Order: sequence, then structure tokens, then C-alpha cells
Amino acid sequence: MNVPTHAAASRNADRALSVHGVVVFLFLYVPILLLVVFSFSDASNLSVWGGWSLRWYRKMFTNDPLLRSMRNSVVVALVSTGISTVLGTAAALALERYRRWLGKRTFDALLYLPVIIPDVTMGVMLLMWFTTINWSLSLTTIILSHIAFNISFVAIVVRARLANLDPSLEEAAADLYADRWQAFRRVTLPLIMPGIVGGALLALTLSLDDVVITSLVQGPGSTTLPVFVFGLIKRQVTPEINAVSTVMLLASMVLVFGSLAFQREPRAGANPEAP
Amino acid sequence: MGMLALAVALVAAACSSGNSGSDLESVAQGCQVDQVDGDLSLYNWSEYIDPDLVQEFRDTYGVDVVETFYESNEAMLAQIEAGGATYDLVVPSDYMVDIMRQEGLLVKLNKDAIPNMANLDPKFTGLPFDPDGEYSAPYQWGTTGIGFSYDVVDDAADLTWGLIFDPEMSAPLTGRISLLDDEREVFAAALKYLGYSVNTTDQAQLDEATALLKAAKDRVATFTSDSFEDLLVSGEVDLAHGWNGDFFAAFDEADAWEDYGYGIPKEGGVAWVDNMAIPTTAEAVCTAHTFINFILDAENGAQLSEWNYYASPNAKANELIDPEILSDPAVYPTPETFEKLEFLADLGDFATNYADAFTEVKS
Amino acid sequence: MTTTDERPTRVADPEFERKAERAEALRGFLQALPSYAYLVFFFAIPLVIVFVFSFASRSRTGRPVLSDWNLDSYAKLFQPIVAEIVARSLWLALLNTVLCLAIGYPFAYWLATRRSARYRAVLLVLVLIPFWSNFLVRTYAWRVLLGENGFVTEIGRALGLWDKLLFTQPAVFIGLLYGYLPFMVLPLYAALERMDWSLVEAARDLYASGWVAFRKVTLPLSKPGVIAGSILVFIPSLGAYVTPDILGGAKTTLLGNYIVRQFTAARNWPFGAALSFVVLVVMLIATIIYFRTDARTI
Repeated sequence: MNVPTHAAASRNADRALSVHGVVVFLFLYVPILLLVVFSFSDASNLSVWGGWSLRWYRKMFTNDPLLRSMRNSVVVALVSTGISTVLGTAAALALERYRRWLGKRTFDALLYLPVIIPDVTMGVMLLMWFTTINWSLSLTTIILSHIAFNISFVAIVVRARLANLDPSLEEAAADLYADRWQAFRRVTLPLIMPGIVGGALLALTLSLDDVVITSLVQGPGSTTLPVFVFGLIKRQVTPEINAVSTVMLLASMVLVFGSLAFQREPRAGANPEAP
Repeated sequence: MGMLALAVALVAAACSSGNSGSDLESVAQGCQVDQVDGDLSLYNWSEYIDPDLVQEFRDTYGVDVVETFYESNEAMLAQIEAGGATYDLVVPSDYMVDIMRQEGLLVKLNKDAIPNMANLDPKFTGLPFDPDGEYSAPYQWGTTGIGFSYDVVDDAADLTWGLIFDPEMSAPLTGRISLLDDEREVFAAALKYLGYSVNTTDQAQLDEATALLKAAKDRVATFTSDSFEDLLVSGEVDLAHGWNGDFFAAFDEADAWEDYGYGIPKEGGVAWVDNMAIPTTAEAVCTAHTFINFILDAENGAQLSEWNYYASPNAKANELIDPEILSDPAVYPTPETFEKLEFLADLGDFATNYADAFTEVKS
Repeated sequence: MTTTDERPTRVADPEFERKAERAEALRGFLQALPSYAYLVFFFAIPLVIVFVFSFASRSRTGRPVLSDWNLDSYAKLFQPIVAEIVARSLWLALLNTVLCLAIGYPFAYWLATRRSARYRAVLLVLVLIPFWSNFLVRTYAWRVLLGENGFVTEIGRALGLWDKLLFTQPAVFIGLLYGYLPFMVLPLYAALERMDWSLVEAARDLYASGWVAFRKVTLPLSKPGVIAGSILVFIPSLGAYVTPDILGGAKTTLLGNYIVRQFTAARNWPFGAALSFVVLVVMLIATIIYFRTDARTI
């Protein structure tokens, strides 16, 4: 066995991967940089630079309907992500960890449907359904609809994680901890955490971007930001929407990195690190 | 079989909800001028009303205004049709008033409670989508024409749809043209060029327009209804088919009146009106009447037009509007141009022929 | 996907085994129950409405009329133009999936192999942050970048490799890749992160070549991620239309806007419903087959 060449080859491969990683991050952030810069433009046009100014921020912070739609969006995104993450994870566990149960095949198929169905069709059918059962349209009906599509996305990502895990680990845990819940919390949950986090992030993203379904199931006063912005561009596109996006980006960065900073780094012994 | 019957019953129930229009009409008939009967739930396009006006209405009448926004006439229609939410006032475009009126989704207005109806320019009453003017009051109006760069067109008076449809005239503009991504508007342009009505239900005329559009497609850079003014001002295209208010705001803001212009081609174009109407989902019917009356007030109408650069159908308001806006033919077309404009009407069953033809153009 | 099938039986007593099996079946059912019930109530039952609409007829003004039941909407599916639209959308979705996989796999692998857990978490969040701005604003930013005086255009001109890409096919694929990359990266990351690397180490020792070790061990281990990622990219991009319209010029109809147009401008709900229903059934069958075959080859 030729250890040095082996290590060198792997070092080269890692370097190539790092370069690729940096390029992908550039790809992801170049439009974002442009978007942020234009939010400070004095022009009212999205593609013509007009010199530095804070006018769109001033306009945004005095625009009550816009601020209200931002608030609605945040509420819808957080609540629907929270609920769909719990439901979707449970669904993934049920499908991957239990061999046979009543209605498993049907459920497996049903779970894919919200991913497949066209947005507009889902919006129309939910609108008809809510009125059939006499529920008035409101922020709640938006949240319920977002959960309906997010469960599937979370479940698919968590299943990708579960499929790889060695069930013997959980069995060992079951022997170790008398309590099933303890075994789940101490062993299974940390193991599938990357899947749950990935699924939740995806759900949050989808919820923050949905226009078509939301515009059909919204109620009085519950317009969300993307619906408002879609309407806005029917009038005129101004960098005000860039200012809104910049604030959303900043807020989510503060929130996420704040919570990461408070989270303890797991003990090295408990976690076999990647090579 | 039983399942299917159940399903049908379920869907039938879904389709028959909503208040009955006649109950609301009797409420409407009892409304007095300036009467309010609860908070107003306003369902409107994003950024279509000056927030100061909304605040003034709140302060004057002591009621709240809950604003909800839609991004297309169709999403609004679907919600009103389903009837699952309380909206007291909507702002549908012309053809949508036609559809909603025919489907019984609008409440007949009590004009005694809206004395400011008298302020309206007679040109905007009794339009084909609401012939007796019973269901709607015009909010703002505008035209569909061509925004252009002076590099390619010297004078708005020279504008012709031939710049898009005549192979020879439009050859130098290949890849520099944007068209509205809206089947009725695009066909209206082609039909006007051919000398037909924009509301034609003659399949042969529609076929002719389809062939014309298919041939022109190679010269078109993009179909868009959302950012044509942006594409023009940023130099991506030289000729843009679009709505006047959008162009006006973009030119004014970029201070580019010397570089760009807007006009209606000599063959004519489309005029559109957005209207206030009370849907059958309303609860505060009298507040809605009061709000319509409030918007039709001369000063408020002028304030609205100065805020968003769309023309006012309110003759009394026009007397108060900034003369600079009023004299701009891009916002207020001359009487001769106005003669050549047509309103889009709902075409009933024939609408699907337009949809199919547009799909064929885009194949 | 049935990893539990190989679980060794520890007790031979058949009576005990049956009981244990029943208890396990009950637990599985109960865990699925909340989401099961949710999806039945907020998805499966409302879906019946779509199904019924597809047999309805259209009123003069476009309201779906629940009488005169007919198969006209299904007959309309056989128009040649529908096949053309479907083929175009399939091609777009397929190519986008391949692109996302080609770019996303090494990227997810890189993310998943960073040493510190906190660093990995930060990187993962950094992938998603751009997507918490606004979809339209991002797409418009791309339009500027790809436009006449855009950054990408200028680079291309400086290198002499490409000119303005806006309103061309490459612009559509750049936009789609941008929009759907996270859908590929997240499940891949979930599958790759802290998987049993001792296996890879063992393989390295065994095969001595990193590439062979990757092909024989890492790749099969990440297969669930590849499958989930391709599904999450392929299916939504089959219905994508806003990005292709804004960046590609909207000169061709895609499945997504064809369906949307039936429910909006064309006001032909029965046809929109029939179209959606057929898409749903065909894609569901395709998805299930895709999962089953791949599960067997793992």
C-alpha cells in the first residue's frame, strides 16, 4: 500500500472540490450582490444605476401594506415550516423504519402527489375545498395550504438521510435505553438531524416564495410578500423590491447565524468526524 | 358509482356558496350618502391607491380599511366565485366586469348613495362591458400602445403596427421588440394592423392574425407584461408594446423624455378601464358605496392620478390635475386618437379560440 | 428502500414474533397517522374536486358547469400541440436535472466532508440564504447580469466566448440551474453527511484508488440522495415557467404556463383539470417506478 501517493491524490481531489465549492458559491451570490447594490440605487429602474441613495428604504419603511405583507410572510413561513417539519419527519420515519402497516403503500404514493401537482391546480382545489367546508379564507388557510405541500418535501429529504443509516445503531440504542423515546432522542434524532435541517430549510424557502397557491387561498388582510410583489411588478418595477429583499436577507442571516453562535459544538468523541 | 355521486355533490356544494346578490341589492337600495355599516374590506391591485387616501377615508368615516391585494383579475375572480372570504369592494378590469356581471357576482349599485357619479366624464359611462352602468364605477383608465426609442422612430405620429408586423419595416428591429404576454392584447395589435375589430369572433380574421403573429415572432425578443418599460429604458429593446402609465412613470423617473416616447399607432389601439364594483361577498355594502363616492370626489380623483400617473375618468378631477400630466398625450390621448381606441369585451365561448391561437403562436 | 427487511430475527418463537410484528405495525401506523390524516383531508379529498371538474363543461363566461358531463377535455389532450409542449417541457426538466446533479453532487460532497460540524452548518445555510430574498427579484437580477451591459455578457465578450445570452436557451438553463440547485444539494447533503466513512476508508485501503473507492462505496451510499434530489429537481422544473419566460423570452409554451393559462386567461377549468390530472397520474407512476428500480440496484 502506497500511503504517500494515496494521501496526495486525495489532497488534490479535495483541492479541486474546494475550488468547485467556491465557484458554486460565487454563482449563488453574484445575483444577490447585484440585488443588494441596486437597492441603494437612486433610479426607479431595476437595470439602470442612478447613484447611491436610501430612498427605497425610506419608501419601504413608510409603506404599510408592504410591511404588513412582510409580516404575514414571516408568520406563514415559520409556522408552516415548524409544523410540516414535525409531520414530515414522522412520515419519513414511519415509511423507512416500519416494514409493514395498514395503508403504507397508499401513503407512500400520496406523499409524492403534492410535489407533482401543478401549483395552480392545488390552489384552485384548496380554495374550493375551504369554501365547501365553510372555512373563511385567512392567514390560517394559507398556512394550512403551505403545510400540505411542505410535508412532502420534508419527508423526501429526511428519507434520503434515513435510507443510509445503519439500523443496528438504533437497535443497540434500544437495548441501551429502556425507553423508546430516550433511544430516539439520544440516537436516532441526532443521526437524522442533517436530513431534518435540510428539509426544514427547503420548506422555509418554498413557503417564502409561493405566489400561486397563496394568491388563491388568501383572505382579507393576509396578502403575503411574494403575492404583493407579483402585483407590484404589474405596475412598475422599482428597487423598492430590492430593498425589501435585502432586509429579508439581512434578517434571516442575523437569525440563523445568531442561533448557530449559541449552539454548542458537539463533543469530538461522540461524533466520528468526516475524513 | 356512489363515490362519484358523493364527489359531484361535494363539488356542487363548493360551487354554490356565496351570498345571494338580491339580498345585498336590497341592502344597497337602503344605503344613504356617506353611510357606513362596518369596516371596509378592500380587494385591490398592489400599489393602486395612494395610502394617504386610505388613511383619509379611515379618519373621515371612523371605519378601518383592511387591504388585500391580488396580482391578476383571474385570481380575484376565483376567490369571489368561491365566496370564502368577505370582500366589500374589488377593482376589476373592463372585461372582468363583463364576466362578473354576467355570472351574477356583482351587486347592483345604488346611485343615490353615490352622488359623485355625476363627476364622471360621459365617455366612461355605459361602456360595452357594463352597458347600463349599473354594476361598476370607473376607477382609472389608460391605453395600450407602443413605447419606443427615438433612435428607431422619429415621431409618435409615425407609429404604426407595421413596425412589428410588416416584414420589411420591422426587419431592422429584429430582436429589439417586446410584446405583451397577454393573448387578447397581442391579438388586438395584430387585428388592428389588419383593420379588424379587437373583439372579432370571426375565425378567419383570427387565423389571419395568428399567421401574422407567427411570422413576426422571430423578430420579437420577448413577450412580457411586467417589465417592458424597464427593458426599453435599459436598452434591451427599442420598441415595446405596453400600457401607457408604466411607460410614463419609467420615462419620468429616468428623466428620459428626450430619448423615449409613447404613442398609439395610427391604426388604433386598446383602451382599458379598471372599475370599482361591489361583489356578492360583501358585508359592509353601504361603506363600499361611501368609498366609491369618496374616490369619485374631484379632489381625491386628482390626488390619485397625480400619485400613480394613470388617467382619471373623472371630468371634475381632471380640472384639478397637474396640467403637465393632463397635457401629455401619453397619459391623456387626444380626442382624435381616442376615437380609434377600442375596449376589450368578454367574448364568451370564443375566448378559448383566442387561447388556442395564442398557444399556436407560441409553439 | 426497505432496509428493515434484512433485520435479523432474534427470537424464533413464531407466536412472539407475530405479536412483535403487530406491535411494530401499529407503531408505524400511528407515526404516520398525523401526516396521513392531514394529507387526506387537505390534499386527497380536495383532489376529487379536480377530478370531477375534468368531466365538466365550460359556461359561456368560463365558469365550470357541473352538468353535461363529457370527455371533451380528455379528447383535447390528443392534439399534436399538447405532445409538443410536453416534449419541450420534459427535455427542459431532464437537462436541468442532469445539470443540477453534475454541479450539485461534487458541491454537496464538499459541504458534507468539511471537518467541523459548525462549519458545515454555516455552509449549508449559506447555500439557502440567497433563496430567502424574493424569487422575482433574483430572476430580474439575472436578467440584468445576462443583458446587454451585464456582467456575464461583458465577461463573455472579453473572453470572446459568448455574446448577450438574455432571451436564449442558455439563459433559461442558467436560471433554472440557479433556482433548483438547492433542491439537489439538500437531499444529497443529507445522505452524504457523516455517513459511515469508515467504509470509505476501508475501501480506500482495499482498492488503493480514491476513484474506485468512490465509485464502489461512496456513490452507492449516496444513491438515496441522488434519487431524492433528482425527483425534487425534475418534477418541479417540469412545471417551471416563470424563469424560462423572463430569461428566455416567453416565445414558447411550456407545460406550466399551459396549465396556468387554462385556469386563468382561457378560463377553461375542465381542460386545466384534465391536463393536471393526467400529469399527476403519469408522473406518480414514473416516480414510483424510478424509486423501485433504483432501490433494487442499490
